[in-house]
Amino acid sequence: MAVAAQTKLDARKLRADFPIFEQLSHGKPLAFLDSAASSQKPRQVLEAMDHFYETSYANVHRGVYELAERATEALELAREKTRAFVNAPDVREIIFLRNATEAINLVAYAWGLNNLGPGDVVLVTELEHHSNYVPWQFIAGKTGADFRMLPLDDLGELRLDLLDETVAGGTLKVVAAGLVSNSLGTVNPVEKLAQWGHERGAIVVCDAAQGAPHRKLDVQALGADFVAVSGHKLCGPSGIGFLWGRADLLESMDPFLTGGHMIHKVGFDGTSWGELPHKFEAGTAPMAEAVGLGAAIDYVSAAGLDAIEQHEHELAAYALDQLAELPWVTTYGPPPERRAGIVSFNVEDIHPHDVAQVLDLEGVAIRAGHHCCQPLMQKLGVVATNRASFYLYTVEDEIDQLVNGLHRVKQVFA
Amino acid sequence: MSEFDQLYREVILDHYKNPRGHGVMEDPDAEAEGQNPLCGDEVSIYVAFGEDGDTIDEVMFSGRGCAISQAATSMLTEMIKGRKASEVAEMPKEELLEEIGIPLTPVRLKCAILGLTTLKVALHKGRGTPLPAGLAELDELELK
Repeated sequence: MAVAAQTKLDARKLRADFPIFEQLSHGKPLAFLDSAASSQKPRQVLEAMDHFYETSYANVHRGVYELAERATEALELAREKTRAFVNAPDVREIIFLRNATEAINLVAYAWGLNNLGPGDVVLVTELEHHSNYVPWQFIAGKTGADFRMLPLDDLGELRLDLLDETVAGGTLKVVAAGLVSNSLGTVNPVEKLAQWGHERGAIVVCDAAQGAPHRKLDVQALGADFVAVSGHKLCGPSGIGFLWGRADLLESMDPFLTGGHMIHKVGFDGTSWGELPHKFEAGTAPMAEAVGLGAAIDYVSAAGLDAIEQHEHELAAYALDQLAELPWVTTYGPPPERRAGIVSFNVEDIHPHDVAQVLDLEGVAIRAGHHCCQPLMQKLGVVATNRASFYLYTVEDEIDQLVNGLHRVKQVFA
Repeated sequence: MSEFDQLYREVILDHYKNPRGHGVMEDPDAEAEGQNPLCGDEVSIYVAFGEDGDTIDEVMFSGRGCAISQAATSMLTEMIKGRKASEVAEMPKEELLEEIGIPLTPVRLKCAILGLTTLKVALHKGRGTPLPAGLAELDELELK
């Protein structure tokens, strides 16, 4: 059977699904180049959430009436969609949480507090978002474990050649690495890190917040033990994300948050925990948000994750080409063939806040700051950068608008 | 006036491009350093008092950062020269903001008052008076 050729993504057509683009920004078309911070939402997601509230809303799991059953079905359908999205072997391994940060904290607390101690090493990378850095630094500090960082090379790629050296003299227990750097767009070789970590008996935790929305994620092929994802970067609502974890590990762990819903039996003498995933889902679930996440997964899957990856890759290459024409602009990070749809840059002698503020007046929304990556900024020797990031609705016109805006920036501050 | 002109008034850009009182003072009577770690703006302020130990005879600053932080500090040096340190140390931030005269979002407000807060720290240190509790409202600034 012939395999159908990969359909190219039609960003202009998809863009029409996003009501936010119907407005002007400072009288100009909105060039939204900040999807790495959070993505916009298609009508399909908003309608799915409205529909849930209007027709099926009640608290899940415990009710015996029809509405409660319908709500439970909707929540569990979203869980099954999430499982299929990341190709998890078992739907019980999908834990709904607020976001990737909460997912990583869950692992750091519920696994780390019981399994780390003096002489152990927790390894993160210099590229990490604070979400996959601070929890490990904190729990390592609490348990007496050694917190170490895998360095980067000048292109912002991990120095895999230094892995053994970096963890020498300790027992490696945790390898924590992002799939895609939110600052530089570097795509990390998590498969290799997972294999290396497992050979040394460590658990491997992947922050896929910046990866899962933009490229196909197969947790079984990736080989990590835990993978954290945020819904809001994935065309879904804020307030929902998920952790995928290997069932045997999740079962062996203490709970993270305790309270309602996560219990098996509560007595005076003690409490036993519920089955997966409920053991890690204390309190009332973000139900409508889960429904929204399910709709978002449907939406990006219909567009095609491979097509999204290719589209963003082309945009990154286009943006890097255009910025290379401006001798007063410095870009950071790996070459286009090894990066996702994220471009960080600085304008000579002009602070990123001034750049972003002038661009805003030109209708261009970019991020200016440290992108929750202060260790990386120190490494780059800058206090902040400007960052343009892309998604499935991004079109080349927006990058042209950015480049025109940068000429205006230069003119104002020259 | 366009939004653009409102935000980057000519006077702001002028102070940014040609900062007044820019440089490092040898043997100042008072000095302090302020930093906004969130955006990396930095200013150091140096003050020389007159014979009465109160009049601000000379004020200089050095630093780097966004146009708003550097221009606001430059404007501040012009505003305070010749005034009494005891009075300037209590200057309400509104006085400076009025001089800057542009609409500021909460993020940019921190940039705008970095110089003033740093100056107040310098004056209190130089004169040996305790730092007022009000300075803590800028808890995101690092002052020394």
